[in-house]
Amino acid sequence: MSVSKRSSQLLVWLSVVVFLVVSIACNGGSGAGSGSLRLQGAGATFPNPLYQKWLSEYSRQHPDLKIEYQSIGSGAGIKQLKEQTIDYGASDAPMTDADLKSAPGEIVHVPTVLGAVVITYNLQGITQPLRFSPEVIADIFLGKIKKWNDPKITADNPGVTLPASDITVVHRAEGSGTSAVFTDYLSKVSAEWKEKVGAGTSPSWPIGMGGKGNEGVTGQVKSTPNTIGYVELAYAVQNKLPVGQVKNASGNFITPSIDTVTAAAAASAANMPDDLRVSITNAAGPDAYPISSYTYVLVYKNQKDAAKGKVLVNFLWWGIHDGESFAKDLQYAPLPADIVKRAEAKINSVTANGTALR
Amino acid sequence: MSAVSEKFGAYSTWRRAISPTGNTGDAVFRFLMLLVALLMVGIVLAMVIALASESMLSLRQFGFSFLTSRDWNPVKGEFGALPFLWGTIASSIIALLISVPFSIGIAIFLVEQAPRYIARPVGFLVELLAAIPSVVYGVWGIFVLAPILRNYVEPGLAKWFSWIPLFSGSITGYGLLTGGIILAIMVTPIISAVVRDVLAAVPGSQREAALALGATKWEMIRVVLVNGVPGITGAVILGLGRALGETMAVTMVIGNRPEISLSLFEPSYTIASAIANEFTEATGDLYLSALVELGLILFLVTFVVNGFARLLVWNVTRQTGGVGRAA
Repeated sequence: MSVSKRSSQLLVWLSVVVFLVVSIACNGGSGAGSGSLRLQGAGATFPNPLYQKWLSEYSRQHPDLKIEYQSIGSGAGIKQLKEQTIDYGASDAPMTDADLKSAPGEIVHVPTVLGAVVITYNLQGITQPLRFSPEVIADIFLGKIKKWNDPKITADNPGVTLPASDITVVHRAEGSGTSAVFTDYLSKVSAEWKEKVGAGTSPSWPIGMGGKGNEGVTGQVKSTPNTIGYVELAYAVQNKLPVGQVKNASGNFITPSIDTVTAAAAASAANMPDDLRVSITNAAGPDAYPISSYTYVLVYKNQKDAAKGKVLVNFLWWGIHDGESFAKDLQYAPLPADIVKRAEAKINSVTANGTALR
Repeated sequence: MSAVSEKFGAYSTWRRAISPTGNTGDAVFRFLMLLVALLMVGIVLAMVIALASESMLSLRQFGFSFLTSRDWNPVKGEFGALPFLWGTIASSIIALLISVPFSIGIAIFLVEQAPRYIARPVGFLVELLAAIPSVVYGVWGIFVLAPILRNYVEPGLAKWFSWIPLFSGSITGYGLLTGGIILAIMVTPIISAVVRDVLAAVPGSQREAALALGATKWEMIRVVLVNGVPGITGAVILGLGRALGETMAVTMVIGNRPEISLSLFEPSYTIASAIANEFTEATGDLYLSALVELGLILFLVTFVVNGFARLLVWNVTRQTGGVGRAA
């Protein structure tokens, strides 16, 4: 009895000692590598799979650098960038004027890739993709169209027999860039939506229930008949969800895809402002998918630490050139060529103590 | 000389104060334990102060109307906590209404009726339920519980009881009822485990006395239960605490809609879910501040509920002099 007690005590002490030694050794290990630079980034969850791919590829080419990215949400990323606890931020929606004004320095928006929001639904027995005009989407999410066989829906879908059942709306429960893009689109196409609800990461939805994340919305749509919801394009493609075609500003019904999203960016490239902060929902091109958006990396124009700044601009430069080749596999739309040119100019404008970093 | 003795005198007084027995080891131990206890008090205080100061903007802007307003519209900068408060309390009450009879039944079976070779594994399985991560409950809720409720339970309830406002409304499988049931399943292992310990702590002589007076087994169990009331109350409060603060599983099935409806079928929203859902994308100082104030309210609700329960237990104990304060 006493022997086993003593040996168990010994074991506890041994494990404490081992733990201490290991943790000190690990610390020493990272301390020894302190000659290498370490960049911290945080922000949007939407481009996270792509950024993680970029980081792993880039660090393979530059083993001495340590660049990190935490997907904590656009809002939290902007907050941390403003508090200067991270070296770069990331956001789906461009920063607002108020946010830019309250930041301690000028912030540059570098677009990296494009994403899209798609309409998905659960209707038994309907195999062909449904078609939606903008006003129909707005009215469904406003609660004005209540049944699937509403004449406004059937008018867009001749030859499809829609059930006489109630529509159940599913939206994102948590604050999300996906919701921001979707409501930005609805605000552009429906005056009533703009006035009653508006655009934002967590708007006050007139009807429906909230699912947590793309997977939560998908789960509720998949398991509940007669539902309609919206998710990111990448998520819908990977999970083979039924996806609706949306009528764009040119009057064509467009199936969301990487190509139609890039088309939306190309179509609105001409009226892109100098700071590249732009919403490209409801873009005008004949092939443009209307619910598309850029996602941005945010950096301070004037970098305090020249060495860190140099690493950052080189990484971003690599991202919008070599990095774009990873986008399609992960279901992101790469930037059109003329937008790459403009993003290059933005990266080149980053300085440290007045000297350009590239 | 006198200075030395004075110094020594002060030392011995100090030493006697911290350690009446005069043993240095005891004194050190006593001091360490005091430190640990004070640390806990300090953490609670630090949390309250941090929550209050971070939510100052929203406290100033909305004042008391934050608690009574039904509007939660971040786009327009209007924030009211009432729907969340309602959802939190309603879902927890539903959970307790379902869970408490079950938990007490399980405990009675395990302590009074089951032979040991059944009580052991069953008790183990019930406790295992407590170890399942809540996100797993949530996924199960989406793919199993919600469809069952939508296809069988809710249509049945609506058919027979739709004249009661509780059972009216549209049937989707996601709402207050689903959230309450998930919570009930999650708190049952906690409540039943504590109640089991409470019942086991009732002296065997009580049972023997009841049986000797000619009581049936049912009457004997009633005697045991009455003796365990304070402990059982404590167990229920422990369960309630878990239900009030549970986030992930509830948010996956409750529908997340900040609206007050009497119907159990309609979507609702809890404070914990709202904070978890909206915090990461909350832009703007007022929005953040309002979310922190929600946290402050949840803190106060938990505090009041716990205080109330303590009072109840204390009151009952004083009246019956019952045993089983294991909780």
